[in-house]
Amino acid sequence: MFKCKTSPEVGGMGHSVKRKEDARFLHGKGNYVDDVKLPGQLSMVMVRSPYAYAKIISIDKEKALAIDGVLAVITGEDLAQYNLHWMPTLLSDTQMVLPTDTVMHQSQEVCAVIATDRYIAVDGAEAVDVQYEPMQAIVDPYKALDDDAPLLRPDKEGQEDNQIYHWERGDRAKTDDAIAKADIVVKERIYLPRIHVASIETCGCVASYDKDTGKMLIYMTSQAPHAIRTILALVAGHVGLSEEKIRIIAQDIGGGFGGKVPVYPGYVIAIAASFLIGKPVKWIEDRSENLVNGFARDYHMDCELAATKDGKIQAFKVSTLADHGYTDSSANPSKYPTGMFSICTGSYDYEHAFAELDAVYTNKAPGGVAYRCSFRVTEAVHAIERMVDKLAAKIDKDPALLRFENFIKKEQFPYASPLGWSYDSGDYKATLEKAMDMIGYDDYKKEQAEKRAQGKLMGIGICTFTEVVGAGPSKDFDILGIAMFDSAEIRVHPTGKALARFGTKTQGQGHETTYAQILAEELGIPYTDIQIEDGDTDTAPYGLGTYGSRSTPTGAAAAAMAARKLRDKGKKIAAHLLEVSEEDIDWEVGKYFVKGAPEKSKTIQEVAFAAYTNFPAGMEPGFEATHYYDPPNMTFPNGAYICVVEVEEETGAIDVKRFVAIDDCGNIINPMIVEGQVHGGLTQGIAPAMYEGIEYDDEGNVLNGTLMDYLVPTAVESPHWETGHTITPSPHHPLGAKGVAESPTVGAPPAIANAIIDALAPLGIEHLDIPITPAKVWEAIQEAKANA
Amino acid sequence: MGKHNITMTINGESVSAEVDSRLLLVHFIRENLDLTGTHIGCDTSNCGACTIMLDGKSVKSCTYLAVRADGAEITTIEGVAAEGTNSHLQQAFHDQHGLHCGFCTPGMIIRSMDLLKNNPNPTEEEIRWGISGNLCRCTGYNNIVKSVQQAATEMAKEKEASV
Repeated sequence: MFKCKTSPEVGGMGHSVKRKEDARFLHGKGNYVDDVKLPGQLSMVMVRSPYAYAKIISIDKEKALAIDGVLAVITGEDLAQYNLHWMPTLLSDTQMVLPTDTVMHQSQEVCAVIATDRYIAVDGAEAVDVQYEPMQAIVDPYKALDDDAPLLRPDKEGQEDNQIYHWERGDRAKTDDAIAKADIVVKERIYLPRIHVASIETCGCVASYDKDTGKMLIYMTSQAPHAIRTILALVAGHVGLSEEKIRIIAQDIGGGFGGKVPVYPGYVIAIAASFLIGKPVKWIEDRSENLVNGFARDYHMDCELAATKDGKIQAFKVSTLADHGYTDSSANPSKYPTGMFSICTGSYDYEHAFAELDAVYTNKAPGGVAYRCSFRVTEAVHAIERMVDKLAAKIDKDPALLRFENFIKKEQFPYASPLGWSYDSGDYKATLEKAMDMIGYDDYKKEQAEKRAQGKLMGIGICTFTEVVGAGPSKDFDILGIAMFDSAEIRVHPTGKALARFGTKTQGQGHETTYAQILAEELGIPYTDIQIEDGDTDTAPYGLGTYGSRSTPTGAAAAAMAARKLRDKGKKIAAHLLEVSEEDIDWEVGKYFVKGAPEKSKTIQEVAFAAYTNFPAGMEPGFEATHYYDPPNMTFPNGAYICVVEVEEETGAIDVKRFVAIDDCGNIINPMIVEGQVHGGLTQGIAPAMYEGIEYDDEGNVLNGTLMDYLVPTAVESPHWETGHTITPSPHHPLGAKGVAESPTVGAPPAIANAIIDALAPLGIEHLDIPITPAKVWEAIQEAKANA
Repeated sequence: MGKHNITMTINGESVSAEVDSRLLLVHFIRENLDLTGTHIGCDTSNCGACTIMLDGKSVKSCTYLAVRADGAEITTIEGVAAEGTNSHLQQAFHDQHGLHCGFCTPGMIIRSMDLLKNNPNPTEEEIRWGISGNLCRCTGYNNIVKSVQQAATEMAKEKEASV
């Protein structure tokens, strides 16, 4: 286990220090975007399409403009005058800011009403008269590929059908051959439905253009403010908003989870409105706008897993149809249109794998948000973990035993996966053993046998996942060409206190505490003496932001490396102060001392003071360092989750009795915060497993676009989570850390699905897609009984 | 648009204003009084981020008209403890890591105040049901439950000491 090097007062790595950021939140003094109130601020509200696919015949603004307080109604035609009616998505597709002729999904922005306050803006939005000519929407992604399907994106040159791209990885021929020759092949079509991050704070911004300075100040709920600024400069540079004139400030964010990475049309319209009117314009989504206008997941995966009759896995193949809505606005690194989906071979050692994916357009909202997973890892893990359980059921082998017999072994790391990753470290066997011990696996197996003998439905589900996080090495990872490094800048003041700024952006992860702990670990300055800032593009160093569990793999590494630069400089200063040569100086946390004479020492604070007052001749004064960290590899957090459920046969009701999560995220910065992150991720895992899914009717209407029918779990649905750790440090990360917060979101859904399906196994039920609701279970039970 | 004069007590101070009949209480609190600790997370009374204490009961202020609060006594998160101090619940949320992004926290704390007022010694299940009108997307609720338990214990100790 990890041993702390620092005292609790210094609060370096491994200490569960309380969070520095809490006070303002506890006292109602957080600064969220809707709290911004600038002089003369206007309010913007969208008119949205009631149809999923329609021609716009006309937009009549007159009645809206007649309302006292309505200042403007902005349409696509208005924006087209400035060539601002389309914008690029992060994956080089294009998205309408506002339409000029056609709406492509229900609730798409049609025009924007600007008024002196929100109530009047809503009045104005209701008064805008839009005439539509509805068309038959394409809702089913399989039908989007039919020969007679209408072409949804004729605006795109060379686009002849509704396929966006085809992607593949691995050796198709060898995988097909291995599957053809295998003793056992299990197959399943697995669907991960559209879901939404549903952060409790919706998205929004306040754009404020100063005509005198030419500066555009934008308060924005952005997880990636620097990247967004660059994109805005690329979109709007031609009207004078070049990058140095744009300042984005992402203050406190009320939950991000990937939903606050993309550029939404509302941001661009608010910016354009402020630019044209010269006053601050606030746009805040309401809940339905938030839920309906973005999504994660939506992968239909045809899986085949081949094995020997004893259950030794030989090959895995997955062919996926991805529904992207009307534009591919996935927030993925550009060389990875399917994200890190190729992690789908899982935690198991076998030779052959092939993954392919076809992405299609439909008349649904764009999205492809990397919702609390490192770009499609959730889909990948669900596919392999369901299939491994299906294989275990097929050959009647304990799913834990099957996993033990197939795991990549500790000594095989770094492990080259069949689809091209180099897994950095792990001890999968130890992690699963710990989870089994903690939950009492063998006892539950016995209890299950007894319950089954009584005709009761009890299930035990396992998931042993491997994540891939920390995008990423610049040779492979970029967003719109910008390499996915991240940065830290440290200033130690003469009195030994410090300010550090980062290119990442906290949204509740506790960076103000954990980054201070890392610097405390490296420099010995107490974490309470270190102020952390992020989110302001005028002051923070450039970075790609926080998502995909990348803050620890990149930002935390940058912090450590910058601190080590300072330590190197400090060593020279200490040698100067102690009148010895640099080679004679050694370091222990917080002080430099003369080798062999530890009583001759200088603290980091004394050295910091000397950096401004008494530095060696020829040395550049000051005590500051910056580091841009380009990771050599991704990190591969992993875990073993076990879930126990009981299902009531008469009603289909599912009771999650226990859930144990053992995570291996390498060295841990703050155990309290890591545990909290795991808890939260687990609840975001049970959510799609049992409750959430955006539903559409045949016309493309969203059927559950409010929190009344889109069921975000409350404290009652959320089980009492039990957590633990194994620690296998990352060999390439400066702190041996890996990133953790997405593991639970990735690992929980298959564990829960596997448990429920295991409970239903005596009835002959082999698979159910998530969300597995009581109604779905009840129907499956009725069908199974009818077929029996 | 009908205008109404309303008067209420918020965090111990008397407040009077002329408001539109349609103005929601949450907007009155946030926009007119600049008390932005009360948040808006939905418009269907599901999330509870807007929860305030009104005449001794926790109320979702996003579905409550400002005019209806005429004459009411209201406490928002800004008023639950003296400046620079923590109530038992605020301290417990800090100690138990009962908050991440902080957006649901004011509503959770106000709701928990009401819960503990009516049930000073709740079981875990009672706490979970008691806060089930408030959504948190970050914490997974484990540590919110622990926070309420800690606050209940501290409040009980204080009560015992004062007897």
